[in-house]
Amino acid sequence: MSYCKRDGKDKSLFLTREDAKDPENIKTLVEDEETYGLIAPDGSINWDCPCLGGMANGPCGSEFKEAFGCFHYSKEEMKGSDCLEQFKVMQECFQKYPEVYSKYGEDEEDEEGNSDKENNEIPKEANNNNDSNNNDDNNNVNDEDK
Amino acid sequence: MAAAFLRVARSSRVLWGARAGPSIYKAYASSSSSTSSSFFSTNTLITLAGVTVAGVGAYGFYQNSKPSPYVGSSGMQYTKATEYQKEGATHPEAEAEKNLESAQETSTPPAPASSPAPPPPADIPDFAPYVLIGAGTTSFAAAKAIREKDPTAKVLIIGNEDYTPYSRPPLSKQLWLYEDHEAAKNLKFTASWSGGKVVDVFYKADFCSPKDLPNLEGGGIAVVTGRKVTSLDTRKKKIRLDNGSEVSFNKCLLATGGTPKTLPVFQGKGPFSTFRAIPDYKALDKLLDSAKSILIVGGGFLGSELAVGLASRGKDKGVTISQVFPEVGNLGLVLPQDVSKWTTDKVREVGVQVHPGTGIKSASVSEDGKKVTVVTDNGTELVADHVVVAVGLQPNTDLATSARLEIDKEHGGFKVNSELLACTDVWAAGDVASFYDPYLGRRRVEHHDHANVSGRLAGYNMTGEHQPFMHQSMFWSDIGPDVGFEATGLIDSKLPTVGVWGRKSSEAVDTPVDDYSKGVIYYLDKEGGRIVGVLTWNIFGKMDVARQIISEEKTEVDISDIVQHFEIH
Repeated sequence: MSYCKRDGKDKSLFLTREDAKDPENIKTLVEDEETYGLIAPDGSINWDCPCLGGMANGPCGSEFKEAFGCFHYSKEEMKGSDCLEQFKVMQECFQKYPEVYSKYGEDEEDEEGNSDKENNEIPKEANNNNDSNNNDDNNNVNDEDK
Repeated sequence: MAAAFLRVARSSRVLWGARAGPSIYKAYASSSSSTSSSFFSTNTLITLAGVTVAGVGAYGFYQNSKPSPYVGSSGMQYTKATEYQKEGATHPEAEAEKNLESAQETSTPPAPASSPAPPPPADIPDFAPYVLIGAGTTSFAAAKAIREKDPTAKVLIIGNEDYTPYSRPPLSKQLWLYEDHEAAKNLKFTASWSGGKVVDVFYKADFCSPKDLPNLEGGGIAVVTGRKVTSLDTRKKKIRLDNGSEVSFNKCLLATGGTPKTLPVFQGKGPFSTFRAIPDYKALDKLLDSAKSILIVGGGFLGSELAVGLASRGKDKGVTISQVFPEVGNLGLVLPQDVSKWTTDKVREVGVQVHPGTGIKSASVSEDGKKVTVVTDNGTELVADHVVVAVGLQPNTDLATSARLEIDKEHGGFKVNSELLACTDVWAAGDVASFYDPYLGRRRVEHHDHANVSGRLAGYNMTGEHQPFMHQSMFWSDIGPDVGFEATGLIDSKLPTVGVWGRKSSEAVDTPVDDYSKGVIYYLDKEGGRIVGVLTWNIFGKMDVARQIISEEKTEVDISDIVQHFEIH
């Protein structure tokens, strides 16, 4: 049987001899491909989600997965506050590949204006203003998870 | 929640991806709702009828030349030779080389019966109508094209190597695999395009001596070897050589090629080398007799071909070949990740110890200078008797300063237009040219067939034509017995791809085994899903179809219809 597979931005169709001859079969096959977003129905993270822009497969893929995975599963009151070590490792890795990651950083400032700078200026510990927001976010997502 | 993640990321000063950032946000916000991404849309179905028959070659030339059947050397451990024969397809090299061969047939210079290659280190004339700087494939193709259009042209080629023009691909390919090692040492091998005859790497032509060139009524092609051009004056139309002699010209081609890059840790003294020219091949081949271990640094075409070649040649001598590179697999900058990893498995099967995903932190040479210890970024130590660094090419653009020519800061190389013109009467082609491709935009290509195609185009235009770059060059590689491919267009693993692979059996989909043994990879541009590159994997002789797919601007939705034009089973 033919099947279709997705790995980030790359798709692979594996076609049997019969299906390869029939364009209609190929189209059906691709349309039937079961796709979902970042969070799989079982609550796990879909690292192949194109929405990650290849982050999970880049040179810092494993560091990214550690950090993002830790954050996703974090049960701390301030979600992700137990993941700072993982973030640090990821950030160190990013700095090793400035040609891959720094340009993303620039884009971000372009797109999001000043918000980035504001956040950077707020010291980590004194981030009280944002805490309530964080909790809101947590609640929202937790609701969805349920 | 995504916002919170981004915030945590930022508060620890993470450089965050904008593209990833907001899209993660969206995906996270709608976490469990599944987004069905339709990949082939059901409307717009453009059929690709007649795609195989129509010829798109801008040069009637290519169409006229007969593809030579590939007849491989018998008993070679690599079995692809028979495959090509079986399929009646043209081997990749045949396509690249036929251009040059047919050039020979068509030009037939009324050359004097004087000196065969290499010509004596003769006096250099103070004027030649056509001066080609660099003595590689590009200049040779240009010289042939010039003489085709201008049969009495006097062409002076100046190169800094000690050889007349030769073909480089065999240095990392056939010469390591040809079973007659003694012949290979003399740069001989069985070529796909030669009908099984043993050939050598040198291009054949009736080169005349530079000294005689000015006096030949019928003109000719002369090669000055072992000389570097140190300056180019585009206003006075004059070049100066490293021995002080000066040559004036009417038309000039910059075909200076490139110099292998290296890594800072290998810049000192030690058993390190790069690989580009005949002396490099000879030295590395000799090394197999003394070295017990050779480490290849780099996972691209050259590094991977050499790793496989050295492993095959060194197998009986007990030489260990290792390869180290930062990408996830061999040719990781070219192939989609899964295919790249699959290729690495195949390279390992040939006997190479591959260390993918590994950068190099430092290298130290033993006191006697005979061993190198390389420390990788994961702390492993790799010890070798010799290190071959294959990490890319730096285009030779030194002449830009004296010539006051523009260098393309993004792609490197001399910036030329779609007719390969740098400034009045000065063209650039091959590795060193950043040209404007009317279909695919500005780019620079470091491949053998591009040297052919662009050298020829520059040659035509130097005789007064005004042809734009229309014929897409192709490239090919063979990585071990199970991997051979041809490609054309933009082939870059950063682009989105769609791979279409032949499944051998009809086994249940529940236990899929991804089999990348035969198929086609389509490279799409990031915006509109237009097909900008086609790579045929273990399928040969289909580059004309591939070129047409690109020039007709087919898109992702057309793929299901295109599939049948390639035999993937």
